Amino acid sequence: MSETLTQNEHAIDPALAKIAHVTDADHPEAGDVAIQNYTINFGPQHPAAHGVLRLVMELDGEIVERIDPHVGLLHRGTEKLIEYKTYAQAIPYFDRLDYCSPLCMEHSFVLAIEKLLDLEVPVRAQYLRVFFAELTRICNHMLNLGSHVMDVGAMTPNLWLFEIREDCMGFLERASGARMHHNYLRPGGVHQDVPLKLLTDIGDWLDTRLPRLFEDAISLVADNRIFKQRNVDIATVSREDAIAWGFSGPMIRAAGVPWDLRKSQPYDVYAKMDFEVPVGTRGDCYDRFMVRVEEVRQSARIMRQCLNEMPEGPIASLDRKVVPPKRAEMKSSMEALIHHFKLYTEGYHVPAGEVYVATESPKGEFGVYLVSDGSNKPYRCKIRPTAFSHLQAMDFMSRGHMLADTTAILGAMDIVFGECDR
Amino acid sequence: MRAPAPAWAASLNEATIEAARGAIGAALTDAVEVAGEVQLHVTRDGLVAAMTALRDTPGLEYQQLMEIAGVDYPDRAERFEVVYCLLSLTRNHRLHVHVPATEDAAVPSVTGLWPVAGWLEREVYDMFGVLFAGNRDLRRILTDYGFRGHPFRKDFPLTGYTELRYSEEQKRVVYEPVKLAQDFRTFDFMSPWEGAEYVLPGDEKAKLPEAKGAPSPVTATEVQKADAAQAAKAAPEAPSQPYAKKDAQSTAQTGAGRSESEGAPKPADPDVVPTKGQGQNQ
Repeated sequence: MSETLTQNEHAIDPALAKIAHVTDADHPEAGDVAIQNYTINFGPQHPAAHGVLRLVMELDGEIVERIDPHVGLLHRGTEKLIEYKTYAQAIPYFDRLDYCSPLCMEHSFVLAIEKLLDLEVPVRAQYLRVFFAELTRICNHMLNLGSHVMDVGAMTPNLWLFEIREDCMGFLERASGARMHHNYLRPGGVHQDVPLKLLTDIGDWLDTRLPRLFEDAISLVADNRIFKQRNVDIATVSREDAIAWGFSGPMIRAAGVPWDLRKSQPYDVYAKMDFEVPVGTRGDCYDRFMVRVEEVRQSARIMRQCLNEMPEGPIASLDRKVVPPKRAEMKSSMEALIHHFKLYTEGYHVPAGEVYVATESPKGEFGVYLVSDGSNKPYRCKIRPTAFSHLQAMDFMSRGHMLADTTAILGAMDIVFGECDR
Repeated sequence: MRAPAPAWAASLNEATIEAARGAIGAALTDAVEVAGEVQLHVTRDGLVAAMTALRDTPGLEYQQLMEIAGVDYPDRAERFEVVYCLLSLTRNHRLHVHVPATEDAAVPSVTGLWPVAGWLEREVYDMFGVLFAGNRDLRRILTDYGFRGHPFRKDFPLTGYTELRYSEEQKRVVYEPVKLAQDFRTFDFMSPWEGAEYVLPGDEKAKLPEAKGAPSPVTATEVQKADAAQAAKAAPEAPSQPYAKKDAQSTAQTGAGRSESEGAPKPADPDVVPTKGQGQNQ
């Protein structure tokens, strides 16, 4: 009996072999220590899953042996829907991808359309886009830093950071009319100009309220012993792994690669901005957290520069074949009325071609692969989410860590399922 | 380029195409620059070798695979195209590699080169049904458990085939065939003179320009005859009764409260074309 067992031990599944060993009469004492792996289901409804993530985890005691993330529970077929909409109608779908940083989603799409159209954008519009994209970045990081801190057990910083997030949403509402789904960027510029009072209010906020609240909240965790115990040396990722697994954004920077699309492939007026790219040294969860903390400060710096340098001028291209005229103009100009009618029914035609345009969203490289066949609707619009490649690395990052560390790892990845599942 | 798109080193495009020709060789069927971006068209069999060359050749150095996109072109002999978007961190350059595919012919997997390709290939398989030979975990990823079909194909309807709802009787979520309260409507606002692909009512008359002095399609006598034939078949005039009988004793005599269907059947409206129960639009 035991002879055949030992022969077969290598041929069968190690987990089964363990069980067989337990019931082996020749080794009665072995049964006392052998523990069988078990599989648990994390999510899809779990506060630390940051949405609808289902993780099928194989655990050895409390050590994670394997993780199989099941995504797609929020799949809405955005890319298919976009194929049935004109270019202008497709922009709101991008707000609903990463609903924590909606403007940055729109940014890639409008830049892709502009690249196909070869459309010039007025300087003020470019400044406004960069300005509000950075405000969105702050808004996004407030949510992520706060929830990451809360996932590992601290409550207060999250509440304080949410105050800043609320301020950001108020500002974005004053600019675009909507707290979350702004639909503010347009091919050729932005939807509407902002009042001067809004810019001065944001300027005051950047100088007083943001640093006070933010530095207060971060001072509670950045040097906190418990926070460090939960994050330092958790899920270290080497440079080579980060590159091979398609990391981008804070994830690749924390691994020590100074790669920021705003710096290396500047779009809009980022080339004129003076800011620094924070880089991690160890590639662990704590580095990812601190990279984001520093990014918030740099974003505030970019926003101040925008406020100082923003010129007066048009906020959207004057090419009437793409950008509709303002209502006042339509009252007196027949030409404007016709353009308005045509742009809101047929839309504009985009020349045939294929482009892949990626911008630095708060979570990493957010790309749009846009195929146009020359008609008024995209032939194919493939969205490159950041979370997809990051979440795929969840398996090798969590391996060998404790079950409780998975929430820290997940929190430091900054994943939003609207974007991951599309 | 006037658009404020991300400014990677597009000046390297020409040199990249030359270098790729040398590094990939015969597997490269076409290399073009479209809209400022380099497209390399590669054969299926030579894909892995080409990708290895693109990643490891000094002077190309595409370290990162950012995206794999599937595109469906139903008119082509090999209807799918799989597009790999590569990024070089050292040269700050991007390009895409295009590979044709069909439902039957599997594309070799690049998971051996970039582990990130695992999920990206799963997504293309899920959405288009393109198979990847060598991907060891080619499960569906975004669609529902037990989903059938490949939704991003151009011949898959936008509404899908099944819908799910919570059934109060069965106390669980049930799947049912899609029932649309209103037909799915897609409006094509393309101008008819700019290549719209449908015929507007009346367009058929414009097809054949008539010669000068050509006879009119119907003569006056034919019109008169047609009128006379219509008059013979015309419905009898409606009874010219007042709305209510002044000398009626009860409502039974006036007809008040009687439903219309009790009376004569309504005349068929020639403008309403009966559909086959498929809804009212179009």
